[in-house]
Parts: sequence; structure tokens; C-alpha cells
Amino acid sequence: MTTQAKPEEVSAGSGGTPFLSVRDLSVRFSTEDGVVRAVDNLSFDVAPGSTLGIVGESGSGKSVTNLAVLGLHNPDRTEITGSIKLDGQELVGASNRELEKLRGRKMSMIFQDPLTALSPFHTIGRQIGETYRKHTGASKKEARDRAIEMLTRVGIPQPTSRVDDYPHQFSGGMRQRAMIAMSLVCDPKLVIADEPTTALDVTVQAQILDLLKDLQQEMGTAIILITHDLGVVARTAQDIMVMYAGRAVERGTVREVLKAPQHPYTWGLLSSMPSLTGDVNVPLKPVRGTPPSLINLPSGCPFHPRCDFREEVIGGGCTSERPPLSPATGHAAACHLKQVQRQDIFIDQIKPRLG
Amino acid sequence: MSNELTLKPASPAVGPGDPLLSITGLKKHFPVMDGFLFKRQVGAVHAVDGVDLEVFPSESVGLVGESGCGKSTTGRLVTRLLEPTGGEIRYAGQDITHASRKELAPIRSEIQMIFQDPYSSLNPRHTVGSIIGAPMEINGINPKGGVQRRVQELLETVGLNPEHYNRFPHEFSGGQRQRIGVARALSLSPKLIVADEPVSALDVSIQAQVVNLLQELQRELGIAFLFIAHDLSVVRHFSQRVAVMYLGKIVEIADRKSLYESPRHPYTHALLSAVPEADPDDDRERIRLTGDVPSPLNPPSGCRFRTRCWKAQEKCASEEPPLVQLSGNAAGHLTACHFPEDAAPAAVPAQRAEV
Repeated sequence: MTTQAKPEEVSAGSGGTPFLSVRDLSVRFSTEDGVVRAVDNLSFDVAPGSTLGIVGESGSGKSVTNLAVLGLHNPDRTEITGSIKLDGQELVGASNRELEKLRGRKMSMIFQDPLTALSPFHTIGRQIGETYRKHTGASKKEARDRAIEMLTRVGIPQPTSRVDDYPHQFSGGMRQRAMIAMSLVCDPKLVIADEPTTALDVTVQAQILDLLKDLQQEMGTAIILITHDLGVVARTAQDIMVMYAGRAVERGTVREVLKAPQHPYTWGLLSSMPSLTGDVNVPLKPVRGTPPSLINLPSGCPFHPRCDFREEVIGGGCTSERPPLSPATGHAAACHLKQVQRQDIFIDQIKPRLG
Repeated sequence: MSNELTLKPASPAVGPGDPLLSITGLKKHFPVMDGFLFKRQVGAVHAVDGVDLEVFPSESVGLVGESGCGKSTTGRLVTRLLEPTGGEIRYAGQDITHASRKELAPIRSEIQMIFQDPYSSLNPRHTVGSIIGAPMEINGINPKGGVQRRVQELLETVGLNPEHYNRFPHEFSGGQRQRIGVARALSLSPKLIVADEPVSALDVSIQAQVVNLLQELQRELGIAFLFIAHDLSVVRHFSQRVAVMYLGKIVEIADRKSLYESPRHPYTHALLSAVPEADPDDDRERIRLTGDVPSPLNPPSGCRFRTRCWKAQEKCASEEPPLVQLSGNAAGHLTACHFPEDAAPAAVPAQRAEV
């Protein structure tokens, strides 16, 4: 296999000013049991027209981060600090009215389960047109025409008659297409797709991922793709951020993170996935134990109770000191292991296991 | 497994070389009723429509396909949770197709099931001890040392703390709950376990833990598995033979090497090419299937895949392809297609070159 880089990967990360820039974002919820630190000091950028894949297990804070970007948390129970800048505009602390103007127009969201995200009482056309009417003041007729146009674009057959259908008359894949049409109706510059294909079959998943890619190339939208499937990220994104317990543990381009991962958690994720080509007689090597409670995080590196390489850290700061994500730009990991050590461990112990 | 297993190794009453489970022409049609006051049948959902399958002792057979292809229904027919419309199910030589509850009682303890959703398959009001002990109680089995002792052994077998005997399901995480489900299935020393998507509700790292557990059990206790899943990589890792279903029929069945390396049916090709691999150098040819699976209410004539197949010709609509061994295929590799793909090129490269 050759190592030629696809053209889109060359441009990744080298883009000028980021469209979305998140700095030191923390999201905390107060509950009866204590304060849940769902996101802790998270920073990342998304360049215009590029795709960032956010990977992590359930409860790692991937969805919470993106709901914070959209301003969808209940302000009474949530404490958000840090800064989220969308095209230069600060979103943390922005009023609901300001956010309403942005949601659907500049940024929008594709939800995981289209059956629960669509209203069963309204036709598909009306739900797509609603956003359009709100932001452009279009008439009902114009909104309907726009809905038909969007349905055509996402590849729904006979859009002129399907526009008056209700969500239950659509199949799973078509509902997800309708959701995509809904989120793109105002040509937003940022789309957050939260597990857009998890509920779908592989063949339909491939269709939807291709569609998202095609639409992105056509409209130059930036996409944040939240998923737990590294395969989906490899197929669609240019950059990856791996999250664990509300923090970014590794960040880089798809090639860097999947070909030369640096963090023990990323190693764990990669070696727990069976592949289509790996040796079937080698048992999978899962990450030990279970994810930590976000109310009572382990001291130091939050991954240390599950880490197999703790003993190899010189000085042993894993339980006392939280490793920063370093270096500040490019391919970075938050781990106390020395760069050289990580490379050696990956090449000697991890790589032979991967198919 | 660390503890000494007290489960008897499987010793099926079948001769060597005879299948443990044998299904021929299995059918399940769900009637569709309509009409006011006097309901009459207006059609039938052909969920399973003529499936032939054999499971040998200590073997794992994978069943893959998109949602709605009838794989779960097949599993439920085998465990006789559903009454077959036609065909025959034989367990260890005995016809159980329409066996009564009483006749089934001794067999039910040998065929157990693991369910997909670890949240809804455990009664929240019962302790783990009573959930795992229930099958023994129902069957009037009193193991040596008492039920509690046996339950604690089982908990240890599946990697849970035996002291958690008195806890309730909500005190466990998703992966731990699935382990409880496995322990319950093991409590009667079954010879065949029907596992219906046992890992699809779990996170990647936890999924690998459960797959490894099932694999160990299969190896050490010699239990046969009918492993139903939609994730082709997991099925490949776990099953020695794999059957691909489409709209109620098996379209291709083979040992895993043959099926994954030289699939002959176009649908198998399409499925394999749709699986995203966590590898940025993944440049396999991708087949984009258009549209959705047709309705099983009114399946297409002839070959059922023809409406989405790029090779379909007139013959496909008029004549149903039989499931036969094609020339150039390994023994036991059966394909139902009039115009199969060439045997030579592999959809999945045998071994990826080092990069």
C-alpha cells in the first residue's frame, strides 16, 4: 500500500483562521450527588470547510461539548466557563436571542436518532421549512419549495410528493437524509453531527457518510463529527480529537492519530476493535475496567487506573499530576510517557496487534 | 478464567459429524390484519422465508444482514419463542418445530439466549442472584452446594465480583449487565447459545471485553453459538462459519476465510465494502448500494436482491437462484446468485502490507 496523502489531508490544519475556536472550555452540572465535570479545560479549532472527528466512549463529554457550542444547556444548572468563538463571535454568555439567530443559520446540528429528533405531528416539508422561514422570513410557499429543493439535494426520490409525508412514512436512512436536509436548509457554515450513522446499517451508513462528504465539498461547510467508531472518522474526517473523561487526550490529523497513535487510551481503542483483516486467533485487547465517574475523577491523569503503561513513566507522576496536551499545536497527546517511549511502545507492542 | 469451572463440558447426544441444530426451509410469516369488526388477513410479512442452516457442536455460526432481514426472527424461532409457519427445526436429531411446552422443557435448558439490550433484558426489581438463579429454580435444579454457591461461581466465570450477589442491575454498568446476561445463559450448562446482537449496545472497549469472554466460554465449555450481529468485523472475529441474510433468505454461507476473502454474492461484496476500517490508507473499492431494503410484505420476484443489484438481468426477476456451491468455491461455500462475482479478487486484502 502506498503512503500517498489524499489531497484533502494536505490542507488539513494548515487553514488560516479557524471558523470555530474553543478555548479552555469547562462545563459543569450541579446534581444532588455533586458537581459533574463533564468537560474540563478543552481547547480545539475547526477550520472552514474541514471535518473534525471527536471520538470517545459514552460519557467522555463529546456531546456535552457540542451542546455547549450550540448553547443548548439549561443555564440554571450548568456552569460554562472558557471561550467559544464562532467566526469571531463569543458564544459563552451570549443571550438566548443572539444564539437563536445563529442556530440553524450559521451552525446547526444533526442528531443521532432521527425518529426522536423529528416531530411526528408535522410533515417533513414543514419541519425543514420552519428553520428557513424563521431566518429568512420566507412565505409558506417559498419554504415548501426550498424544502423540496433540499430533499432533492439529499437524494430523496420523488421529493415533490415526499415533502408532505410524515416522518413515520420514511425509512431510517431517509429520515436521516431528511435531518441532514433540515440542518443544511440555511447553508450553515458549521454542522455538528452527533453520531449521525450509529442507528443505521452499514450500507446506509456508507450512503449517509458519502452524502455528507459530497455536500461539504459543494457548500464548504465545516463539520464536527461525533462518533465512537474510528472507522467512520477514518473515512470522513481530516482531524481527530480523542476525548476521555471530559478532556482531550490526543489530537492530530487522521493519519497521525490512526497510524502513529501516542496515547495509551487511543492504543486501547484501536486494539479493541476487530478488523476485517486482522488475525482471528489473537484475542482482542480491551481497555481494562470501566470509564471513571465524572463526579469523582481519579487524581492526576484520569486514565491512570486503566492504563497498562503506568510503571514505565519515569518519576511516576500519573497519580499526582495531570499531563497537559503537548505540544501545543500539531499532533499532541496528554501523557506522562516520553515521546520516545511512546513511539517504542507503539511500534513494539501495539502495532503488531493491529491488523 | 481463573476459577475452576464446574460446568460440565458439552456432551451432546449427537454423533460425531452430526449437526447439533439443523434448520430446513424455515419460514415465519407474520399475518397483517385489516378490517373493522371482522379482521381478516390482508397480507403477510415474510420475515423468514426458507432458511437452511446447520450448527455443529462447539461451533460458532454468525448470522449477518441489515435490519429487517430476519436474522433476529431466525434466532427467536430456533429458541422457539416464536412458532414457525413452515419448515423444520431439529435439535440433536429431535424435531422441535411444533413441540409443545412440555416437550420443549428439557430442550429449553440446553438452548439459551443472550439478548441485545442489557438494560431491558434484566428485571430491575430482582437482585443479580435471583436473576441468574431463576433458570435453575424454574427447572427444579439444585446444584451441589446450593443455588447461591453456583450463582457465585457463575459470577466469577463471567468476571464479576461474586460478592455482588445481592446487588440490583442498576448498580452495574452496561458491560457488567451484559456479563450478567451471559451468566444467566450459562446457568443451565447449555449446549447452544443464541446471541442476538450481544455487543452492539456497548462501547468499543467494553465490546471487546464481552467478545473475549464469549470466546473463552466457547473454547473452554464447548458451547455452540448462533451469533447474530450486524457488525461484520465482530462476526468475523467470533464465528467460524458465517451466513449472510437478505430479506428473509440466506444469500451466501461459508467458512469465514472463504466468505471474507472471496465472497461471490454481490450483496456480500457490497456489505464488506461498506464497513469503514480505521485505516486512512483504506482504498478498497466501495460499492454504493442505492435505496433501501424492499418491504418484506411484498418481496421482489426471483432473486430478492435484484432491485438493488448492479448485475441484475431478466433472469434474476423470473427465476430464484438456488443456494448452491459454485465452481471455484471451497466446500461448504454456498451462494445464491445467477451472476456471481469472480472468485479471484478479494474484497478484503488478505494481509495489509506494512506501511
